[in-house]
This record gives sequence, structure tokens and C-alpha cells, in this order.
Amino acid sequence: MTSLAQSRGAGVTPRRRGARIGVGWIGVVPFGVYALLFLAIPAVLAVASGFFTQNGTFTLANFDTFADPTTQKDIIGSIGLSAVTAIAGAIAGAIICYALLPMRADGLVRTVVDAASSVFAQFGGVMLAFAFIATMGNTGLLGLIINGLFGDNTYTSPLYTVPGLVPVYLFFQIPLMVLTFMPAMEALKPAWGEAVATLGGTRLTYWWRVGIPVLAPAFFGCAILLFANSFSSFATAAALISQGGLISLDIFRASTSETVIGHANEAGSLALAMVVVMIVLMTAYGALQRRAAKWANR
Amino acid sequence: MKTRYLAGAAVLAAAALALTACAGTATPASNNTKTLTLAQAQKATSIADFGGMDGLVAAANKEGHLNVITLPPSWANYGQIIQGFQKKYPGIKINSENPDGSSADEVAAAKAQKGQSTAPDVFDIGTAVMDQNLDLLAPYKVGSWKDIPDNFKDADGTWYYDYTGLMSVGYDSKKFPNGVKKLDDLLGSEFKNAVAIKGDPTQANEALSAVTMAALQSGGSVDNIQPGIDFFQKLKQAGNFLGTLPKQATVASGETPVVIQWSFNNVGWGPAAGSAGNPNWKTVVLPGTGLGSYYNQAINKDAPNPAAARLWEEYLYTPAVQNLYLAAGAYPSQLAAMKKNGTVDKSVLAKVGDAPSDFVQLDSDQAAKASTLLTAKWAAAIG
Repeated sequence: MTSLAQSRGAGVTPRRRGARIGVGWIGVVPFGVYALLFLAIPAVLAVASGFFTQNGTFTLANFDTFADPTTQKDIIGSIGLSAVTAIAGAIAGAIICYALLPMRADGLVRTVVDAASSVFAQFGGVMLAFAFIATMGNTGLLGLIINGLFGDNTYTSPLYTVPGLVPVYLFFQIPLMVLTFMPAMEALKPAWGEAVATLGGTRLTYWWRVGIPVLAPAFFGCAILLFANSFSSFATAAALISQGGLISLDIFRASTSETVIGHANEAGSLALAMVVVMIVLMTAYGALQRRAAKWANR
Repeated sequence: MKTRYLAGAAVLAAAALALTACAGTATPASNNTKTLTLAQAQKATSIADFGGMDGLVAAANKEGHLNVITLPPSWANYGQIIQGFQKKYPGIKINSENPDGSSADEVAAAKAQKGQSTAPDVFDIGTAVMDQNLDLLAPYKVGSWKDIPDNFKDADGTWYYDYTGLMSVGYDSKKFPNGVKKLDDLLGSEFKNAVAIKGDPTQANEALSAVTMAALQSGGSVDNIQPGIDFFQKLKQAGNFLGTLPKQATVASGETPVVIQWSFNNVGWGPAAGSAGNPNWKTVVLPGTGLGSYYNQAINKDAPNPAAARLWEEYLYTPAVQNLYLAAGAYPSQLAAMKKNGTVDKSVLAKVGDAPSDFVQLDSDQAAKASTLLTAKWAAAIG
């Protein structure tokens, strides 16, 4: 109990100190090596390429791409799409988690929703694009029904624009939210609700004073995960919109172009822009989490 | 995962090399054939360096592998061409990497995988990207070198044209029974949400060619593709431009009922594809100046399977394979010679129609100018 008393408040895991660290780091090594090989090194190499010409001389010319209105529009498009699908996905996912909360964790409904979420959260790429073309494309099921009711050519598929990607992305965003947010929801103890009720609080007081403050860090953390998930998505968008509009498509275009030759390293500077957006977001999240921690301690 | 796979492949390749090396010493070579080291084979410039066809086949069989890249099965009959090679040379296993990739991907793979057993052996590559990377290529002249016209090949054999399509309009004749007779037909209201091209013209050569073809049809030229950009702007404003990327599957399902692309792809996605194609798909090359673009064959100078690479080139320039290109609507570079010496498949030629004598293609300056213009104007035109 001493360590708990030393730490700054309830709910914070007691930190292990002293000699234990000496052996403990060995357990982290595999993850560290993995992260270094498959995350850090590729990211550094990709971003570094933005500072060189294809012949290997240092240059800042690759950053000229940010003066291009198309690039600016595409960065905003990517941020907008990611923000909308992250917020909508987080809210919808949280509501589903809330609805599932009273059910037994090993019951049929929870098991089915868990399994389905695991599958749908990973369902992406060209397969997802084609599934949506079959449903919402110009000759898809929805189009056939609407054209059948209101006459030919009434339906124009929204799929082939950046806003049209919102329902497609939500298809994997909501299940991802359910998967990542459910454990946080489960940590809410029924006793807290009973305590609030005993002290004369309403259900609203409970959520406002207890539920939301406790869940806020997890909620925003999950939302950032969703944002990054959308932000870096490529294959689905590439199959649906071939004419650009997102930064991930611009990176593809720069690095593989057959027609505009000699701009491949602009992909590196565009990648840096993505990293910067994520750093800004993570910093904001860090600040928010510190604020939320204070809030929870109040 | 990939690294592990590569390491595994390297071990396998090393084992295979060791085994075949043993086999090589055990089998007596015929009088003419020569046994070349890897470095020697990578520098072989003709079949004679292997002591004739038997020597080349033996050397390629010893390698046992051939890495090809960016060859979609539905593109210019490559599905059948690859199958044909496997049948003819069952001892050589073809590894077909990244079929839907671009010419730039070929170069990137050759650079990134240099010295590894998975590096591409041969390229089927667009001129603009190739011109920037000539130092990656090994000169080689196929046996039928004289049948390739002089302006279709590098004098040293660094590259040589293989085939060209013509920019064409493919459409679903069930949906559009009146067909497409001129480009401006596509601006009509019946073509709402119907017309797609093969990607972003600032990325894909096939899409740039669609814009160039539209320019030729609208008073522009290979030196000035602005009228083509204007056409697509009008198409977009009319609500007829479809931003999705057409695939064989979207043509079969009817989601992309009009596709402007190379004739060999429109032909290949139609009835010729059997159950995977669209039986009502029609291909039209519009009257007026046609637009073509020869793709080049070339060998990677660091090819891990240099003999197999050279055998593949010999195979591609046999009349049988040249006729396979032709059957898909891709005009092979030896077509003129084949018509003269009678090796062309006349029924195929009659079905596809002879190559027009007056089609144009962008030279590298024109292509550079076109892409500069597109970089500046395209996104705004269709945005």
C-alpha cells in the first residue's frame, strides 16, 4: 500500500523501482528490436529521402510540393476525412460498447460482436472497395433500388469522391473502436454507480462526474488510433478514387509516377508532413490526458 | 515477414545453385554450348555467347527461375504468354511480381533488390521512365533482331520495342446501343457517370495517353495536349467523368461502362476474356490520327537469372508470341516483317485489323511537356 500512497492518486499503476529494472528491460527487447526494424528505421529512411535528390545530393526542393494548391487541398482532405471518420467512428463505437455493457462478457451477443468486430476492423483494401461498389456503386444494389423507384439516372454514387469514403472507412473504424474501447468500458465498476446513487446523484450526475472523466483518456486515445488508421489508409481509396484528393494517394503518385519523372523523393517530404500531423495530434493528446488526469483527481 | 521470406528464398536459391552446379558438372555439354559464369551471362549480348539456342536453354534451365515484373495476365495477353513459356520450358519457374505496378515500380524493384535472387530479370517498360534509367539495362540482341525495324530499337540492343496498343474507347454495347462514333458523343447525357480512365495522368502513362488522344480528337496535337485537358473538364462538368479506377471486374459488373485505354486492354477485358470479361464490350479506335505508345523490352544488367532473361526475350520475339500480342490487339514490333515473311497469323490479323499507318506517339520531349502541363492543370480541371 505504500507504493500506492506514494503515487499521485488512485487508478495509477504503482511503478516498479530499483533493482527490478535491471532484469525487467530484457522483456522489452524483442518489442524494441521489432519497433526499431519495422517502424523507426523505415520511417527515418522514408522521411530522410525527402531531403535528397534522386542522385543523393541534399536539397530542400522536394518541399516545393507544399506550395502546390493540389497538395494543400489533399492534406486538408486527408485530415478532414480522418477527423470525421475518427469522431463518428469513436462515438458510434462507444455507443455500441455502452449498449453491450449490461450483457454477459461470455454471452452469445458479446462473443458474436467481438468476433465480428475483429474481422471487420481488418477488412479493407480493394476487397472492401469492391464490396461497397457492389452496394453503393452506380450499378450497385442501392442504385438499382433508387433508380427503380424514381426513374433511371436518379442515383449518382457518392463513392468516387473524398466525402464518399466516409461510409467506407466507418465500416472498419466502428469495429476498431468497439475492440479497443470495450476494455475501458468494462473497467467502470458498478459500485461507482451505486455509490453515486447512495449519495443522491442521478444517472446524469454519474456519467458527468464519474463515467466520462474516467473514460475520457481512453476515448481520446482510441479516437487518435482511429484517426491514424484513416490517415494512413491507401488501398481502398486508391481503388475508389483514382484522381487523387488524399495525401496517401499523393505519396503513391509521387513515388510511382510513369509520367512526371524525377519527383519520386517528394514522397519523402509528404511522409514528413504526415509524421508532423501525427506529432501535433499526439502532443495535443498528451496535454489533454494530463488535463484529464487532473480532472479525474479533482 | 518479408525479410524472413527473403532470407528463406536466399537459402533456397543458394541450395538450388549448389545442387544445379553439381548437376552441371555431371552432364556432358554438347560441342557448341558454353558454360558461362553468372557475370559472363549477365554480359552476354547474343545467343552466340551461349553457343547457340541449345546452350542458352541449358543455361536457363540450370538457373531454373525467371523473375518478371508488372505483367498483368489480362494485359496484352501476358497470361497466355507466361503460360506458353512455362509449357515450353517447364524447367524454369516464372515468378511474376507486382503485376499491377507501374514502370517506376520496375525500376524501384531493380534498385532495391539488386544482388538478390528476387530482383526482376526483365523489364516491360515505358519509354519515359526507361530513358532515365538506361544504366540499369544490359544490351542484348535477340535472334530475330533484323526483323525489328531500326527506329524501333537501340542500335546497341539496350532496349527494343515490343508492342503498342492504340488509345481506344471501350464501351458496353448493351447499355449504349448507339455506340461511340466520335469523342464528343461521350459528353451526351446518356453517358452520365460512365466514362473512366486508367488512373491519374500525372501518375499513369495510360491515363496521360487518354488525355493526349482526347487532344488529338479535339484539335490539339502531341505538342499541345491542352484541348485534351479541356475535354475532360467538360466531361467532368457534364457529370460524365467517373473517378474510380477501372478494372476488369468493374467492366464485367458494368460499374465502368466506358473506359478509355489501350486497345489491348479493352479487347482483353471483353468477350476475349471468356467468363471473366464483359460479353457486350466493344472496342473502338476513333477515326483521325491514332495514338500509340510502344513499350520496351530490356534486360536487367544485374539479372539474377541472366540466361533465363535472355531466353525470355528470345521467346517473346518468336512469331508465336508476337501473334499472341496481336491477338490481344497489341501490335508487335515485328509485325511488318511477319507480314512479309508470312509468319503472321492471318486470321488473327483479319480479326484485330491491321495497324494504322499514321498513328503517332509522344517522344520524350513531348511527354515531358505534357506531364508538366498536366501537373499544373489536371487537378483543377477535374477537381
